[in-house]
Amino acid sequence: MSTTEPTARTMSYREALREAIRDAMQADERVFLMGEDVGAYGGSFGVSRGLLDEFGPERIRDTPLSEAAFVGAGIGAAMGGMRPIVEVMTVNFSLLALDQIVNNAATIPHMSGGQVQVPLVVRMTTGAGRQLAAQHSHSLEGWYAHVPGLKVLAPATVADARWMLGPALADPNPVIVFEHGSLYNREDEIGVEDAAADITRAAIRRPGRDLTLVAYGQSVWTALEAAEALVTEGVEAEVLDLRVLRPLDTHAIVSSVTRTHRAVVVDEMWRTGSLAAEVSAVLTEQAFYELDAPVGRVCTEELPIPYAGHLEQAALPNTARVLAAAREAVGGDG
Amino acid sequence: MTGATGTDALRTMLLIRTFEERCVELYSAAKIRGFLHLYIGEEAVAAGIMPALEPTDRVVSTYREHGHALARGVPARAVLAEMFGKVEGVCRGRGGSMHLFDVAHRFYGGNAIVGGGLPIAVGLALADRMAGRDHVTACFFGEGAIAEGEFHESLNLAALWRLPVIFCCENNLYAMGTALARSESEVNLTMKAASYEVPAWSVDGMDVDAVADAARRAVLSVRAGDGPCFLELRTYRFRAHSMYDPDLYRTREEIARWRERDPIDAYTQVLRDAGALDDETLDGLREEARDAVDDAVAFAEAGTPEPVEEMARFVYAEEAAP
Repeated sequence: MSTTEPTARTMSYREALREAIRDAMQADERVFLMGEDVGAYGGSFGVSRGLLDEFGPERIRDTPLSEAAFVGAGIGAAMGGMRPIVEVMTVNFSLLALDQIVNNAATIPHMSGGQVQVPLVVRMTTGAGRQLAAQHSHSLEGWYAHVPGLKVLAPATVADARWMLGPALADPNPVIVFEHGSLYNREDEIGVEDAAADITRAAIRRPGRDLTLVAYGQSVWTALEAAEALVTEGVEAEVLDLRVLRPLDTHAIVSSVTRTHRAVVVDEMWRTGSLAAEVSAVLTEQAFYELDAPVGRVCTEELPIPYAGHLEQAALPNTARVLAAAREAVGGDG
Repeated sequence: MTGATGTDALRTMLLIRTFEERCVELYSAAKIRGFLHLYIGEEAVAAGIMPALEPTDRVVSTYREHGHALARGVPARAVLAEMFGKVEGVCRGRGGSMHLFDVAHRFYGGNAIVGGGLPIAVGLALADRMAGRDHVTACFFGEGAIAEGEFHESLNLAALWRLPVIFCCENNLYAMGTALARSESEVNLTMKAASYEVPAWSVDGMDVDAVADAARRAVLSVRAGDGPCFLELRTYRFRAHSMYDPDLYRTREEIARWRERDPIDAYTQVLRDAGALDDETLDGLREEARDAVDDAVAFAEAGTPEPVEEMARFVYAEEAAP
């Protein structure tokens, strides 16, 4: 392999995550993966397929359906010097481990006066869009982003899926990683480790001068699609991918809107108490006089996600709704 | 009786009792605030179990943990300063009575969500197992925790993975005000542990020798790699659940009956009968406990509040993980 000219490669989001896990496990024997069906089954979403053969059952550790116990065990193992990656199958099931994440992982470092660190990574799938009905379609990233002591990441791109895990594991704090279920099959070309390894900054996915579309996770792609459509209307939308949901890169949000003077936030959470609400509040507090229009929000309708495809699609943020919000934002003063 | 624990156990129990009684006074004087859960009556459990552990072993505890901390060797000064909310406290005054952490003594809380410490104990034991260390983790919890899902999940996981955890269930018969029979369909606690293939036995938690014997046996088995153990330590708290509890759910007669089995009086008698304790030694031990607590009070009083500007320190780690 050439060391002078690393070539770009095409891979899926799923493969990117797998390669990131493999890389981390090869580099540090304290790293291990545990969760439901991560081993023999290969991961509910196929992320860890093949890793059991490669690393064995001690380090690719299948767990019982005991979210509180295995997430708590991840916290304890991190306190005991290991670097666990805990896979919780989906955010919906993570509610069974909320006690461990919120009451223990997030509090113990501070409450112990800095004696204890919890260098833990918890990965989970999030989001709707696959007709899985209400109990498998939640987007609760903002609940976790609400909690001091946690760091929260949302890789939207294949490159972020590939490069965010390393720094997340190197971080001495508990890091929650949200992988939107619609992203696993997304393919893209990735380069060598680069800016994607920065887990402190938001990223501009598409520059523009007329409007900022703020998004994260799957919604970044919805926003990008809307931005392309807006070109024909003479509107150049910037798409800002938050990437890091806690701590928010408020500087990036404010500086983009300071250039574009208009913002629409696309967020798959329910509107009330959403991350979109937080972004909107940040703009009100820090960029009020830069705004030429009210901050728009495109969120999920306030109802449990229905199974029927047409209802689910109507409930979720989509390109048409983003376009409508964008037009309203730019239409204000012609 | 083995007498193996001897005057050291008595010294520990006297320290805990004296410390806790002083805490009552300090609470009334508003020096200590928040919730305060006293260990009075249960001293034999901590005093019996801790000596069976090595300094490198780990302890995970509950919100009724002053006794565990003191028996583990966490300095009374730092414990009391913590309860005074002073920066000299084990956790800089951030945790208070319910959250004593002291990593130097491998003491990992002080956890105030019932059952919440059990998964952490399983994880600490997992880390030791994976790293090839022969440490054991002693995990304390009350019988109330047995109604929590985290208890069942943790016992199963520890047994499934044969992890070095000693589950120490302090059965003081009441989960706050709820008697065991009012919350459990099956009140035989060892049977619950046994259903997870965890060796389990019941111990008289008012008898420090019996506790010490059971603890040694458990540590031996767990350290040998035979998987977790479960000890039911049958004990009783002489005081109310917390300083807020009017203690309406049990009778004076019941409390009086248990007080007759005071673990300190009982063990004093055992040592006297064995000719291992005279009045002078006993007086000396009592004075030693009083002095230690006096010293802790003076230390806590002289402590300083953490500067408000520092209150957000350690929300996120200040250094890279080792």
